[in-house]
Amino acid sequence: MSEAMRGPRTRSGDGGVAVRAALRPYLAVIAGRFQLTLQYRTAAFAGFITQLWFGVIKVLIFAAFYAGGAARAPMTLGNAIDYVWLGQALLAFLPWNADPDVAEMVRTGAVAYERLRPVDTYAWWYARALAWSVGRVAPRAALMVAFAAVALPLVGLGKWGLGPPASPVAAGLFALSFVGLVLLSAAITLVINIVMTSTLDERGPNLLAAPFVNLLSGLIVPLAFFPDWLRPWLRAQPIAGLADIPFSIYFGALSGLSAAGAIGLQFCWVAVLVVVGRWRLEAAMARLQIQGG
Amino acid sequence: MSQILVEELSKTYRIAERDPGMLGAVRGLVRRRWRTVEALSGVSFALERGELVGLIGPNGAGKSTTIKILSGILEPSAGRCEVDGLVPWRQRIRHVARIGVVFGQRTQLWWDLPVIEGFDLLRDIYRVPQDQYAATRDELVALLRLDRLLRQPVRQLSLGQRMRCEIAAALLHSPPLIFLDEPTIGLDAPSKLAVREFVGRLNRERGVTVILTTHDMHDIEALAERVIVIGGGRILADGPFASLRAGVLAERRLFVDFAGEAPALDEPDVRVVARDGRQLELAFDPRRIAAPELIARIVAGHAIDDIHVAEPLIEEVIARFYEQHGAGEA
Amino acid sequence: MTNALALYGRYVAASVRAQMAYPASLAMTTAGSLLGTVIEFIGIWALFQRFGQIGGWRVGEVALFYGLISVTFSIADMTTRGFDVFGSVFVRTGAFDRLLLRPRSPALQLMGYELRLSRLGRLAQGAAVFAIGLAITHEHWSVGAVAILAFAMAGGAALFAGLLILQATLAFWTVESLEAVNILTYGGQTAAQYPLNVYAGWFRNVLIWIVPIGCISYLPMLAAMGRADPLGTPSWLLPLAPAAGFAFLGVALFTWRFGIRHYASSGA
Repeated sequence: MSEAMRGPRTRSGDGGVAVRAALRPYLAVIAGRFQLTLQYRTAAFAGFITQLWFGVIKVLIFAAFYAGGAARAPMTLGNAIDYVWLGQALLAFLPWNADPDVAEMVRTGAVAYERLRPVDTYAWWYARALAWSVGRVAPRAALMVAFAAVALPLVGLGKWGLGPPASPVAAGLFALSFVGLVLLSAAITLVINIVMTSTLDERGPNLLAAPFVNLLSGLIVPLAFFPDWLRPWLRAQPIAGLADIPFSIYFGALSGLSAAGAIGLQFCWVAVLVVVGRWRLEAAMARLQIQGG
Repeated sequence: MSQILVEELSKTYRIAERDPGMLGAVRGLVRRRWRTVEALSGVSFALERGELVGLIGPNGAGKSTTIKILSGILEPSAGRCEVDGLVPWRQRIRHVARIGVVFGQRTQLWWDLPVIEGFDLLRDIYRVPQDQYAATRDELVALLRLDRLLRQPVRQLSLGQRMRCEIAAALLHSPPLIFLDEPTIGLDAPSKLAVREFVGRLNRERGVTVILTTHDMHDIEALAERVIVIGGGRILADGPFASLRAGVLAERRLFVDFAGEAPALDEPDVRVVARDGRQLELAFDPRRIAAPELIARIVAGHAIDDIHVAEPLIEEVIARFYEQHGAGEA
Repeated sequence: MTNALALYGRYVAASVRAQMAYPASLAMTTAGSLLGTVIEFIGIWALFQRFGQIGGWRVGEVALFYGLISVTFSIADMTTRGFDVFGSVFVRTGAFDRLLLRPRSPALQLMGYELRLSRLGRLAQGAAVFAIGLAITHEHWSVGAVAILAFAMAGGAALFAGLLILQATLAFWTVESLEAVNILTYGGQTAAQYPLNVYAGWFRNVLIWIVPIGCISYLPMLAAMGRADPLGTPSWLLPLAPAAGFAFLGVALFTWRFGIRHYASSGA
């Protein structure tokens, strides 16, 4: 909460650029919260170690499955390993929980006071969620990539590490899809925030979100491993954009038109979630104002 | 023999210092820098059974270190300490079965359980026989007026209600010695009075020895016949509160309401502290000029509406005392 | 000893009543715990329907391994909450002093801190997966096999409790980053969902010699199934392996006492 209370930081008075003035509080909360999250270095390091260890277990299990029947797999072992390390590096983007500050406000009943801020509540929360996830992921992802893409090859274990993208085009498409991932992650965090605010229940939405996000993003098992008849459905749902789509683009399982289509889908979902989310949040807030939260 | 005997008790802490940040943490693992802090040095006192002692001092003076050692959860670096013949930290389990401790800022009850169930659990923890437990509990319930609180979960109690329950919880095993650590902190006036009255009765009527730490000097004034002042890890004073006051601030105050505008008073040994319309507040040292004599002199020279003598506020005495000993918070 | 057990029973009853005060919350956390593990198993099922087998084991057999460790871990997770939150709830706030002010062992009081009923969700899921495994494999279970599994669960609960006690012991020195111990508890639990012979040698050795999770899952399960270890552990040793869990707990408790002594002399 504290960094939000500090309010806008950017300097004013440089010539009345209306857009900039309008964006100022949101840019300020992004900057403040990003810096705050970066300060939790020990937590980031502990998170990295944990994700590294689980990554090792996943790689070992894939290796054992592939040893017995690689022919039936929908991707190579190398691709599966890339998938694991990308997933571990970007794990903190998965929206397992609502924004903890929003959960706290719902618990204490202070959420209606969000209306006291002279800002658009949806945009404000979205900015916070964005900064929070990027701040959490940045150090962990840097360490994980350093380990899986640099350290492992250096000690001669390259085939167990994270390989480079399939091609320069794949790299470019991945970058685009990564932007979609980040925006989608914040939009889904907002969905949880909004469910929490509408139901005034700070535990249920958190409990239910994580299992579904894990399964539907492809984090537990890449979506390609599910039965073929399920795959189109799994790819089309919004949460696939948090892991399966960008990762598949990275190692070239999705390329060309199908990659472009998948990225388009990611951004469509972002748009839908933002529009519907903002509408529902306004409704929930209006109800709180009437009932007195 | 004294119930509590403390001789030359000292406690030094070693505090690891490290540079901020990850680099500092890693460097700290390899080579640690230590700073030694002397929390207590050479503290000695003795307490008789049935005493009620106020332990006071500024924050960080060594009060809580003393309480922790006496209650057996901290081992001193040097010195001797015996409570009822037991060394608290060596024979901790036997020792703590015979003491009661109330922390004003923490609860020992179970947040989500009704008070009575917490009491029952404490009965089992302290192995109190059922009939003895029932008798003690009913008595405490009556004295502290808890009957309407027993069925409520602790989280629903007000601070004052909870503190009464906390005190009962600490006494269910009938300890002959209790430690009260800021028992009135944050309470409203009626709750404070209720707690003070109960503690006083407990001490007078049951002969329970009480060690009370507090920052509320009215607790001390109302309860403690003896005050131990700790500052900078040492005992600065130990004795009845009256003698502490006499030693620190002998000065008395005289409030005089004149019939007309307050005059410019020029008496030797008297200082004008405040002037407010028709009222004067005067300070004098009773060892130099006795109150009746001073009053007689003023009445002789002026028309007076009202006059009364007051002692300085207890907070003022203590603040002055800390100041004199350089014991203010660092 | 009986007295300690009676007190533990009292604590458990109190904790259950406290949780029953919020029935909706309890139902939800239990459902969440169940859902999480069900979804985890869907992932394993997906891999099997692609690959058919892993290291010579089919899905039914892996379900048995999975069910055993899942039940064991839920029992430990249910009972050791006090140690899990020791750093944040007891050391950081000074609440541990209160435990030392009571004439009972701090370890017993921490055991009694909470019996997490919500973990019944995971336990139920583990038991269900185990039952499915039984149905698929048509394994024939003798009384001896059941006894071995019960011993394995007890040893496993002791092992996980030992890990949590070590984590709590660390809290006497630092309360930062204690969640890193999760890589041994949750990580060990995840690893033991599969038979150990599927893993690379170095990893197997970690799981047998350093954190002996294999000794409370893989080895006794082989004994219960009446199989020989493909890795050549002598078959007489297999049913005895869970003893390692109790040994681990013993070491952890010894370290814990050392930690308490440190706490009393440093006043943390």
